[in-house]
Amino acid sequence: MRHDHLLSAGQLTREDIEAVLDRAADLADDPGAVGGRHADRLLALCFFEPSTRTKMSFDTAMKRIGGDTVDMGSVESSSVKKGESLADTVRVIEGYADGIVLRHPSEGAAKLASQFVDVPVINAGDGAGQHPSQTLLDLYTMRERAGLDDLTVGIMGDLKYGRTVHSLASALTNFDARMHFVSPESLRLPRGVRFDLHDAGAQLREHTDLDEVLAELDVLYVTRIQRERFPDENEYQQVAGQYQIDAGTLERARDDLTVMHPLPRVDEIAPDVDATDHAAYFAQAHNGVPVRMALLDELLGDGDAGAAAATDGGDSR
Amino acid sequence: MSDAPDRELRISKIRDGTVIDHITGGQALNVLAILGIGGDEGIGVSIGMNVPSDKLGTKDVVKVEGRELSQGEVDVLSLLAPEATVNIVREFEVVEKKRVERPERVVGLLTCPNHNCITNADEPVESAFGVVDDGVRCEFCGEIVREDIGDHLAVH
Repeated sequence: MRHDHLLSAGQLTREDIEAVLDRAADLADDPGAVGGRHADRLLALCFFEPSTRTKMSFDTAMKRIGGDTVDMGSVESSSVKKGESLADTVRVIEGYADGIVLRHPSEGAAKLASQFVDVPVINAGDGAGQHPSQTLLDLYTMRERAGLDDLTVGIMGDLKYGRTVHSLASALTNFDARMHFVSPESLRLPRGVRFDLHDAGAQLREHTDLDEVLAELDVLYVTRIQRERFPDENEYQQVAGQYQIDAGTLERARDDLTVMHPLPRVDEIAPDVDATDHAAYFAQAHNGVPVRMALLDELLGDGDAGAAAATDGGDSR
Repeated sequence: MSDAPDRELRISKIRDGTVIDHITGGQALNVLAILGIGGDEGIGVSIGMNVPSDKLGTKDVVKVEGRELSQGEVDVLSLLAPEATVNIVREFEVVEKKRVERPERVVGLLTCPNHNCITNADEPVESAFGVVDDGVRCEFCGEIVREDIGDHLAVH
Protein backbone atom coordinates (compact mmCIF):
# COMPACT_ATOMS: atom_id res chain seq x y z
CA MET A 1 0.00 0.00 0.00
CA ARG A 2 1.53 3.31 -1.04
CA HIS A 3 -0.09 5.81 1.28
CA ASP A 4 0.97 7.84 4.27
CA HIS A 5 -2.58 8.02 5.59
CA LEU A 6 -5.81 6.09 5.28
CA LEU A 7 -8.46 8.75 4.77
CA SER A 8 -11.04 7.19 2.51
CA ALA A 9 -11.76 3.91 0.81
CA GLY A 10 -11.50 5.70 -2.51
CA GLN A 11 -7.73 5.76 -2.23
CA LEU A 12 -7.53 1.96 -2.00
CA THR A 13 -6.83 -0.11 -5.07
CA ARG A 14 -7.73 -3.76 -5.34
CA GLU A 15 -4.06 -4.53 -4.84
CA ASP A 16 -3.99 -2.46 -1.62
CA ILE A 17 -7.07 -4.20 -0.30
CA GLU A 18 -5.89 -7.70 -1.07
CA ALA A 19 -2.48 -7.01 0.47
CA VAL A 20 -4.08 -5.95 3.75
CA LEU A 21 -6.57 -8.83 3.75
CA ASP A 22 -3.86 -11.39 3.00
CA ARG A 23 -1.71 -9.97 5.75
CA ALA A 24 -4.69 -9.99 8.11
CA ALA A 25 -5.31 -13.65 7.36
CA ASP A 26 -1.68 -14.44 8.16
CA LEU A 27 -1.86 -12.51 11.41
CA ALA A 28 -5.13 -14.14 12.39
CA ASP A 29 -3.37 -17.50 12.11
CA ASP A 30 -0.15 -16.34 13.75
CA PRO A 31 -0.44 -13.07 15.69
CA GLY A 32 3.24 -13.29 16.61
CA ALA A 33 4.34 -13.05 12.98
CA VAL A 34 4.89 -9.31 13.30
CA GLY A 35 7.69 -9.99 15.75
CA GLY A 36 8.98 -7.14 17.86
CA ARG A 37 8.96 -4.58 15.09
CA HIS A 38 6.47 -2.31 16.81
CA ALA A 39 7.87 -2.44 20.33
CA ASP A 40 7.99 1.06 21.83
CA ARG A 41 5.69 2.44 19.14
CA LEU A 42 2.66 4.35 20.25
CA LEU A 43 -0.66 4.87 18.54
CA ALA A 44 -2.86 7.81 19.59
CA LEU A 45 -6.57 7.11 19.84
CA CYS A 46 -8.43 10.36 19.25
CA PHE A 47 -12.15 9.76 19.41
CA PHE A 48 -14.26 12.88 19.33
CA GLU A 49 -17.36 10.68 19.10
CA PRO A 50 -18.32 7.61 21.14
CA SER A 51 -17.03 4.26 19.92
CA THR A 52 -16.77 0.76 21.27
CA ARG A 53 -15.69 -1.61 18.50
CA THR A 54 -13.49 0.67 16.45
CA LYS A 55 -11.65 2.09 19.41
CA MET A 56 -11.19 -1.19 21.24
CA SER A 57 -10.15 -3.08 18.14
CA PHE A 58 -7.51 -0.49 17.24
CA ASP A 59 -6.34 -0.60 20.85
CA THR A 60 -6.22 -4.38 20.80
CA ALA A 61 -4.61 -4.55 17.37
CA MET A 62 -1.84 -2.15 18.32
CA LYS A 63 -1.06 -4.11 21.45
CA ARG A 64 -1.19 -7.42 19.58
CA ILE A 65 1.51 -6.20 17.19
CA GLY A 66 3.73 -5.27 20.11
CA GLY A 67 3.03 -1.56 20.43
CA ASP A 68 0.93 0.48 22.79
CA THR A 69 -1.71 3.18 22.70
CA VAL A 70 -2.34 6.55 24.27
CA ASP A 71 -5.93 7.67 24.52
CA MET A 72 -7.10 11.26 24.24
CA GLY A 73 -10.05 10.34 26.41
CA SER A 74 -13.46 11.90 26.08
CA VAL A 75 -13.97 15.28 24.50
CA GLU A 76 -15.38 16.53 27.78
CA SER A 77 -12.09 15.83 29.54
CA SER A 78 -9.80 17.19 26.82
CA SER A 79 -8.65 20.62 25.70
CA VAL A 80 -11.18 20.37 22.89
CA LYS A 81 -13.71 21.42 25.50
CA LYS A 82 -11.73 24.65 25.86
CA GLY A 83 -12.15 25.40 22.17
CA GLU A 84 -8.89 24.03 20.81
CA SER A 85 -8.95 23.45 17.06
CA LEU A 86 -8.56 19.99 15.61
CA ALA A 87 -5.47 21.21 13.77
CA ASP A 88 -3.81 22.21 17.03
CA THR A 89 -4.90 19.02 18.80
CA VAL A 90 -3.34 16.72 16.24
CA ARG A 91 -0.18 18.81 15.99
CA VAL A 92 0.33 18.37 19.71
CA ILE A 93 -0.48 14.67 19.64
CA GLU A 94 1.93 14.16 16.73
CA GLY A 95 4.68 14.84 19.25
CA TYR A 96 3.48 12.01 21.47
CA ALA A 97 2.68 9.18 19.10
CA ASP A 98 3.74 7.44 15.90
CA GLY A 99 0.27 7.42 14.38
CA ILE A 100 -3.17 8.89 14.96
CA VAL A 101 -6.51 7.13 14.75
CA LEU A 102 -9.14 9.83 14.45
CA ARG A 103 -12.88 9.71 14.81
CA HIS A 104 -14.63 13.04 14.47
CA PRO A 105 -18.19 14.24 13.89
CA SER A 106 -17.28 16.46 10.92
CA GLU A 107 -16.84 15.24 7.37
CA GLY A 108 -13.32 15.79 6.11
CA ALA A 109 -11.80 15.92 9.60
CA ALA A 110 -9.24 13.20 8.92
CA LYS A 111 -8.16 14.86 5.71
CA LEU A 112 -7.70 18.12 7.53
CA ALA A 113 -5.70 16.40 10.27
CA SER A 114 -3.47 14.76 7.69
CA GLN A 115 -2.48 18.19 6.39
CA PHE A 116 -1.07 19.22 9.75
CA VAL A 117 0.95 16.18 10.80
CA ASP A 118 3.63 13.92 9.39
CA VAL A 119 2.62 10.77 11.26
CA PRO A 120 0.04 8.50 9.61
CA VAL A 121 -3.60 9.44 10.17
CA ILE A 122 -6.23 6.74 10.00
CA ASN A 123 -9.78 7.90 9.49
CA ALA A 124 -11.88 5.96 11.99
CA GLY A 125 -15.05 7.71 10.92
CA ASP A 126 -15.60 11.36 9.94
CA GLY A 127 -19.22 12.30 10.43
CA ALA A 128 -21.31 10.94 7.58
CA GLY A 129 -18.21 10.71 5.42
CA GLN A 130 -15.99 7.67 5.40
CA HIS A 131 -14.84 4.77 7.58
CA PRO A 132 -12.23 2.95 5.53
CA SER A 133 -10.80 0.61 8.18
CA GLN A 134 -14.32 -0.71 8.78
CA THR A 135 -14.52 -1.36 5.07
CA LEU A 136 -11.37 -3.45 5.15
CA LEU A 137 -12.80 -5.71 7.83
CA ASP A 138 -16.11 -5.82 5.96
CA LEU A 139 -14.30 -6.99 2.85
CA TYR A 140 -12.29 -9.48 4.87
CA THR A 141 -15.53 -10.94 6.20
CA MET A 142 -17.10 -11.02 2.75
CA ARG A 143 -14.06 -12.73 1.32
CA GLU A 144 -14.19 -15.40 4.01
CA ARG A 145 -17.88 -16.04 3.49
CA ALA A 146 -18.58 -15.45 -0.18
CA GLY A 147 -15.45 -14.33 -2.00
CA LEU A 148 -15.07 -10.88 -3.47
CA ASP A 149 -15.75 -11.35 -7.16
CA ASP A 150 -19.02 -11.80 -8.98
CA LEU A 151 -20.96 -10.79 -5.90
CA THR A 152 -24.46 -9.41 -5.62
CA VAL A 153 -24.46 -7.15 -2.57
CA GLY A 154 -27.47 -5.49 -0.98
CA ILE A 155 -26.80 -2.50 1.26
CA MET A 156 -29.79 -1.47 3.32
CA GLY A 157 -30.68 1.20 5.84
CA ASP A 158 -29.16 4.63 6.29
CA LEU A 159 -27.38 5.22 3.02
CA LYS A 160 -27.38 8.99 3.38
CA TYR A 161 -25.54 9.37 6.65
CA GLY A 162 -23.94 5.91 6.78
CA ARG A 163 -20.19 6.35 6.46
CA THR A 164 -19.58 2.60 6.46
CA VAL A 165 -21.88 2.39 3.44
CA HIS A 166 -20.04 5.14 1.60
CA SER A 167 -16.68 3.50 2.16
CA LEU A 168 -17.88 -0.01 1.36
CA ALA A 169 -19.59 1.00 -1.86
CA SER A 170 -16.48 2.84 -2.97
CA ALA A 171 -14.23 -0.15 -2.24
CA LEU A 172 -16.57 -2.58 -3.98
CA THR A 173 -15.98 -0.75 -7.25
CA ASN A 174 -12.61 -2.52 -7.27
CA PHE A 175 -14.40 -5.82 -7.61
CA ASP A 176 -16.97 -7.33 -9.91
CA ALA A 177 -19.88 -6.48 -7.63
CA ARG A 178 -23.50 -5.73 -8.44
CA MET A 179 -24.74 -3.30 -5.81
CA HIS A 180 -28.36 -2.88 -4.71
CA PHE A 181 -29.07 0.00 -2.36
CA VAL A 182 -32.24 -0.30 -0.28
CA SER A 183 -33.45 2.67 1.74
CA PRO A 184 -36.29 5.12 2.29
CA GLU A 185 -36.29 7.88 -0.31
CA SER A 186 -35.11 10.33 2.33
CA LEU A 187 -32.01 8.28 3.12
CA ARG A 188 -30.76 7.54 -0.39
CA LEU A 189 -27.08 7.73 -1.23
CA PRO A 190 -25.73 11.27 -1.24
CA ARG A 191 -24.88 12.90 -4.54
CA GLY A 192 -21.13 12.74 -4.03
CA VAL A 193 -21.13 9.00 -3.38
CA ARG A 194 -23.36 8.31 -6.36
CA PHE A 195 -21.06 10.48 -8.47
CA ASP A 196 -18.05 8.35 -7.51
CA LEU A 197 -19.87 5.08 -8.14
CA HIS A 198 -21.00 6.14 -11.59
CA ASP A 199 -17.54 7.52 -12.29
CA ALA A 200 -16.07 4.11 -11.42
CA GLY A 201 -18.55 2.36 -13.69
CA ALA A 202 -20.28 0.57 -10.84
CA GLN A 203 -23.34 -1.57 -11.46
CA LEU A 204 -25.90 -0.24 -9.03
CA ARG A 205 -29.63 -0.10 -8.53
CA GLU A 206 -31.66 1.64 -5.87
CA HIS A 207 -34.79 0.27 -4.18
CA THR A 208 -37.19 1.14 -1.43
CA ASP A 209 -38.31 -2.46 -0.85
CA LEU A 210 -35.88 -5.24 0.12
CA ASP A 211 -38.15 -7.89 -1.36
CA GLU A 212 -37.42 -6.53 -4.83
CA VAL A 213 -33.92 -7.89 -4.60
CA LEU A 214 -33.52 -10.12 -1.53
CA ALA A 215 -33.61 -13.42 -3.40
CA GLU A 216 -30.69 -12.40 -5.63
CA LEU A 217 -28.26 -11.43 -2.89
CA ASP A 218 -25.03 -13.08 -1.83
CA VAL A 219 -24.53 -10.50 0.91
CA LEU A 220 -26.98 -8.26 2.73
CA TYR A 221 -25.24 -5.43 4.57
CA VAL A 222 -27.65 -3.86 7.05
CA THR A 223 -27.04 -0.53 8.75
CA ARG A 224 -28.67 1.28 11.60
CA ILE A 225 -30.83 4.32 11.05
CA GLN A 226 -28.60 6.71 12.97
CA ARG A 227 -30.70 8.95 15.14
CA GLU A 228 -27.67 11.06 16.06
CA ARG A 229 -27.03 12.06 12.44
CA PHE A 230 -30.45 13.52 11.81
CA PRO A 231 -30.63 17.29 12.05
CA ASP A 232 -34.39 16.96 12.58
CA GLU A 233 -36.05 14.54 15.00
CA ASN A 234 -39.21 14.50 12.88
CA GLU A 235 -37.20 13.32 9.89
CA TYR A 236 -35.83 10.49 12.03
CA GLN A 237 -39.22 9.47 13.33
CA GLN A 238 -40.59 9.14 9.80
CA VAL A 239 -38.11 6.39 8.97
CA ALA A 240 -37.32 4.84 12.37
CA GLY A 241 -38.32 1.22 12.60
CA GLN A 242 -38.45 0.66 8.88
CA TYR A 243 -36.20 -1.84 7.13
CA GLN A 244 -36.06 -4.44 9.86
CA ILE A 245 -35.30 -8.07 9.10
CA ASP A 246 -35.91 -11.23 11.09
CA ALA A 247 -35.54 -14.95 10.52
CA GLY A 248 -38.87 -14.98 8.70
CA THR A 249 -37.67 -12.34 6.26
CA LEU A 250 -34.63 -14.43 5.45
CA GLU A 251 -36.73 -17.45 4.48
CA ARG A 252 -37.20 -15.60 1.20
CA ALA A 253 -33.42 -15.35 0.75
CA ARG A 254 -30.89 -17.79 -0.58
CA ASP A 255 -29.62 -20.35 1.92
CA ASP A 256 -26.08 -19.06 1.56
CA LEU A 257 -26.95 -15.38 2.06
CA THR A 258 -24.49 -13.65 4.39
CA VAL A 259 -25.98 -10.98 6.63
CA MET A 260 -23.56 -8.33 7.83
CA HIS A 261 -23.85 -5.23 9.99
CA PRO A 262 -21.16 -2.83 11.24
CA LEU A 263 -22.87 -2.74 14.65
CA PRO A 264 -24.17 -1.49 16.94
CA ARG A 265 -27.63 -2.65 15.93
CA VAL A 266 -30.80 -1.46 17.54
CA ASP A 267 -33.81 -3.16 16.03
CA GLU A 268 -32.93 -3.57 12.36
CA ILE A 269 -31.84 -7.20 12.79
CA ALA A 270 -34.02 -9.24 15.13
CA PRO A 271 -32.22 -11.50 17.63
CA ASP A 272 -33.69 -14.58 15.96
CA VAL A 273 -31.35 -14.02 13.02
CA ASP A 274 -28.32 -14.52 15.30
CA ALA A 275 -28.75 -18.29 15.44
CA THR A 276 -29.08 -18.70 11.69
CA ASP A 277 -26.22 -19.51 9.33
CA HIS A 278 -26.80 -16.14 7.69
CA ALA A 279 -25.48 -14.11 10.62
CA ALA A 280 -21.92 -12.91 10.17
CA TYR A 281 -21.94 -9.66 12.12
CA PHE A 282 -20.25 -10.83 15.29
CA ALA A 283 -17.50 -12.58 13.34
CA GLN A 284 -17.29 -9.39 11.31
CA ALA A 285 -16.64 -7.36 14.46
CA HIS A 286 -14.02 -9.85 15.63
CA ASN A 287 -12.27 -9.56 12.28
CA GLY A 288 -11.57 -5.94 13.13
CA VAL A 289 -8.56 -6.96 15.17
CA PRO A 290 -6.50 -8.92 12.60
CA VAL A 291 -7.45 -6.48 9.85
CA ARG A 292 -6.38 -3.49 11.92
CA MET A 293 -3.22 -5.34 12.96
CA ALA A 294 -2.37 -5.70 9.29
CA LEU A 295 -3.26 -2.11 8.56
CA LEU A 296 -1.18 -0.75 11.42
CA ASP A 297 1.70 -3.02 10.52
CA GLU A 298 1.57 -1.52 7.04
CA LEU A 299 1.15 2.14 7.92
CA LEU A 300 3.40 2.23 10.98
CA GLY A 301 5.86 -0.35 9.82
CA ASP A 302 9.43 0.39 8.92
CA GLY A 303 10.32 -3.18 8.30
CA ASP A 304 9.58 -5.46 5.37
CA ALA A 305 5.81 -5.24 5.46
CA GLY A 306 5.81 -1.52 5.92
CA ALA A 307 8.47 -0.63 3.42
CA ALA A 308 5.97 0.54 0.86
CA ALA A 309 4.13 2.82 3.22
CA ALA A 310 6.20 5.85 2.50
CA THR A 311 5.20 7.83 -0.48
CA ASP A 312 1.79 9.07 -1.32
CA GLY A 313 -1.07 10.11 0.89
CA GLY A 314 -3.23 10.92 -2.11
CA ASP A 315 -6.93 10.74 -1.53
CA SER A 316 -8.68 10.06 -4.76
CA ARG A 317 -12.21 10.69 -3.57
CA MET B 1 -30.12 48.33 -36.90
CA SER B 2 -30.18 46.99 -33.38
CA ASP B 3 -30.32 49.20 -30.34
CA ALA B 4 -27.03 47.81 -29.08
CA PRO B 5 -25.11 51.09 -29.53
CA ASP B 6 -27.46 52.84 -27.10
CA ARG B 7 -26.82 50.19 -24.53
CA GLU B 8 -23.09 50.47 -25.06
CA LEU B 9 -23.40 54.15 -24.27
CA ARG B 10 -24.94 53.38 -20.91
CA ILE B 11 -21.58 51.97 -19.89
CA SER B 12 -18.91 54.36 -21.00
CA LYS B 13 -15.71 53.23 -22.60
CA ILE B 14 -12.70 52.89 -20.36
CA ARG B 15 -9.19 54.11 -21.07
CA ASP B 16 -7.29 51.32 -19.29
CA GLY B 17 -8.53 48.23 -17.57
CA THR B 18 -10.63 45.14 -18.18
CA VAL B 19 -13.99 44.57 -19.80
CA ILE B 20 -15.70 41.34 -18.89
CA ASP B 21 -18.54 40.68 -21.28
CA HIS B 22 -21.05 37.88 -21.71
CA ILE B 23 -21.32 37.21 -17.98
CA THR B 24 -24.28 35.01 -17.09
CA GLY B 25 -27.18 37.33 -16.34
CA GLY B 26 -27.34 38.33 -12.70
CA GLN B 27 -23.82 37.21 -11.82
CA ALA B 28 -22.00 40.54 -12.15
CA LEU B 29 -21.87 41.22 -8.42
CA ASN B 30 -20.55 37.74 -7.77
CA VAL B 31 -17.89 38.29 -10.40
CA LEU B 32 -16.83 41.43 -8.57
CA ALA B 33 -16.78 39.44 -5.35
CA ILE B 34 -14.47 36.88 -6.91
CA LEU B 35 -12.20 39.70 -7.99
CA GLY B 36 -12.23 41.13 -4.49
CA ILE B 37 -13.73 44.40 -5.67
CA GLY B 38 -16.00 45.79 -3.02
CA GLY B 39 -16.32 49.34 -4.29
CA ASP B 40 -14.09 51.06 -1.77
CA GLU B 41 -10.83 50.56 -3.64
CA GLY B 42 -11.14 53.86 -5.44
CA ILE B 43 -11.18 52.30 -8.89
CA GLY B 44 -13.92 52.92 -11.42
CA VAL B 45 -16.32 50.06 -11.94
CA SER B 46 -19.22 50.01 -14.39
CA ILE B 47 -21.83 47.30 -14.30
CA GLY B 48 -24.54 46.41 -16.74
CA MET B 49 -26.94 43.76 -15.54
CA ASN B 50 -29.46 41.70 -17.47
CA VAL B 51 -28.93 43.54 -20.73
CA PRO B 52 -30.24 41.80 -23.85
CA SER B 53 -27.81 39.46 -25.56
CA ASP B 54 -28.21 37.55 -28.81
CA LYS B 55 -25.93 34.84 -27.44
CA LEU B 56 -27.19 34.45 -23.89
CA GLY B 57 -30.65 36.04 -23.88
CA THR B 58 -29.53 38.34 -21.12
CA LYS B 59 -26.06 39.04 -19.91
CA ASP B 60 -24.08 41.16 -17.50
CA VAL B 61 -21.12 43.34 -18.39
CA VAL B 62 -18.46 44.59 -15.99
CA LYS B 63 -15.82 47.19 -16.77
CA VAL B 64 -13.03 47.70 -14.31
CA GLU B 65 -10.85 50.73 -14.81
CA GLY B 66 -7.13 50.70 -14.14
CA ARG B 67 -6.88 47.01 -13.42
CA GLU B 68 -5.92 44.14 -15.69
CA LEU B 69 -7.04 40.70 -14.61
CA SER B 70 -4.55 37.87 -14.28
CA GLN B 71 -5.19 34.58 -16.05
CA GLY B 72 -5.90 32.99 -12.66
CA GLU B 73 -8.61 35.52 -11.94
CA VAL B 74 -10.02 34.99 -15.37
CA ASP B 75 -10.10 31.25 -14.86
CA VAL B 76 -12.14 31.36 -11.69
CA LEU B 77 -14.66 33.52 -13.49
CA SER B 78 -15.46 30.47 -15.55
CA LEU B 79 -17.26 28.92 -12.58
CA LEU B 80 -19.84 31.68 -12.63
CA ALA B 81 -19.67 32.81 -16.20
CA PRO B 82 -18.53 30.05 -18.51
CA GLU B 83 -19.36 32.13 -21.59
CA ALA B 84 -17.53 35.26 -20.43
CA THR B 85 -15.09 37.10 -22.63
CA VAL B 86 -12.34 39.18 -21.09
CA ASN B 87 -10.80 42.10 -22.91
CA ILE B 88 -7.77 44.01 -21.67
CA VAL B 89 -8.00 47.65 -22.67
CA ARG B 90 -5.17 50.18 -22.99
CA GLU B 91 -5.70 53.69 -24.30
CA PHE B 92 -9.28 52.80 -25.27
CA GLU B 93 -8.10 49.93 -27.46
CA VAL B 94 -8.56 46.21 -26.82
CA VAL B 95 -5.00 44.91 -26.72
CA GLU B 96 -5.64 41.38 -25.47
CA LYS B 97 -8.51 38.94 -25.33
CA LYS B 98 -8.25 36.29 -22.64
CA ARG B 99 -9.94 32.95 -22.87
CA VAL B 100 -11.94 31.74 -19.89
CA GLU B 101 -10.86 28.25 -18.97
CA ARG B 102 -12.08 26.14 -16.12
CA PRO B 103 -9.40 25.67 -13.47
CA GLU B 104 -8.69 22.24 -11.99
CA ARG B 105 -9.36 23.47 -8.47
CA VAL B 106 -10.25 26.60 -6.55
CA VAL B 107 -8.85 27.32 -3.12
CA GLY B 108 -10.22 29.75 -0.56
CA LEU B 109 -12.87 31.04 -2.91
CA LEU B 110 -15.99 29.09 -1.96
CA THR B 111 -17.52 27.91 1.29
CA CYS B 112 -18.79 24.36 1.46
CA PRO B 113 -22.60 24.13 1.61
CA ASN B 114 -22.29 21.05 3.85
CA HIS B 115 -22.62 22.62 7.28
CA ASN B 116 -20.99 19.56 8.81
CA CYS B 117 -17.89 19.85 6.66
CA ILE B 118 -14.75 20.46 8.69
CA THR B 119 -13.96 23.52 6.57
CA ASN B 120 -16.97 25.20 8.16
CA ALA B 121 -15.60 24.63 11.64
CA ASP B 122 -13.23 27.16 13.11
CA GLU B 123 -10.12 25.52 11.71
CA PRO B 124 -7.04 27.13 10.15
CA VAL B 125 -7.64 25.75 6.68
CA GLU B 126 -8.82 27.16 3.37
CA SER B 127 -11.64 25.53 1.52
CA ALA B 128 -10.60 23.61 -1.58
CA PHE B 129 -12.83 22.46 -4.41
CA GLY B 130 -11.98 20.35 -7.38
CA VAL B 131 -13.72 21.35 -10.60
CA VAL B 132 -15.84 18.52 -11.99
CA ASP B 133 -17.78 18.33 -15.25
CA ASP B 134 -20.73 20.43 -14.24
CA GLY B 135 -19.78 21.93 -10.92
CA VAL B 136 -17.28 21.85 -8.11
CA ARG B 137 -16.59 19.32 -5.39
CA CYS B 138 -15.30 19.89 -1.87
CA GLU B 139 -11.98 18.16 -1.44
CA PHE B 140 -12.67 17.60 2.25
CA CYS B 141 -16.20 16.20 2.46
CA GLY B 142 -16.97 15.36 -1.17
CA GLU B 143 -20.01 17.63 -1.40
CA ILE B 144 -20.87 18.55 -4.97
CA VAL B 145 -22.13 22.01 -5.89
CA ARG B 146 -23.70 22.30 -9.30
CA GLU B 147 -26.26 25.08 -9.15
CA ASP B 148 -25.87 28.59 -7.81
CA ILE B 149 -22.16 28.40 -7.19
CA GLY B 150 -22.19 32.15 -6.67
CA ASP B 151 -24.23 31.64 -3.51
CA HIS B 152 -21.24 29.92 -1.93
CA LEU B 153 -18.59 32.53 -2.55
CA ALA B 154 -16.38 32.97 0.48
CA VAL B 155 -15.47 36.47 -0.63
CA HIS B 156 -18.93 38.06 -0.47
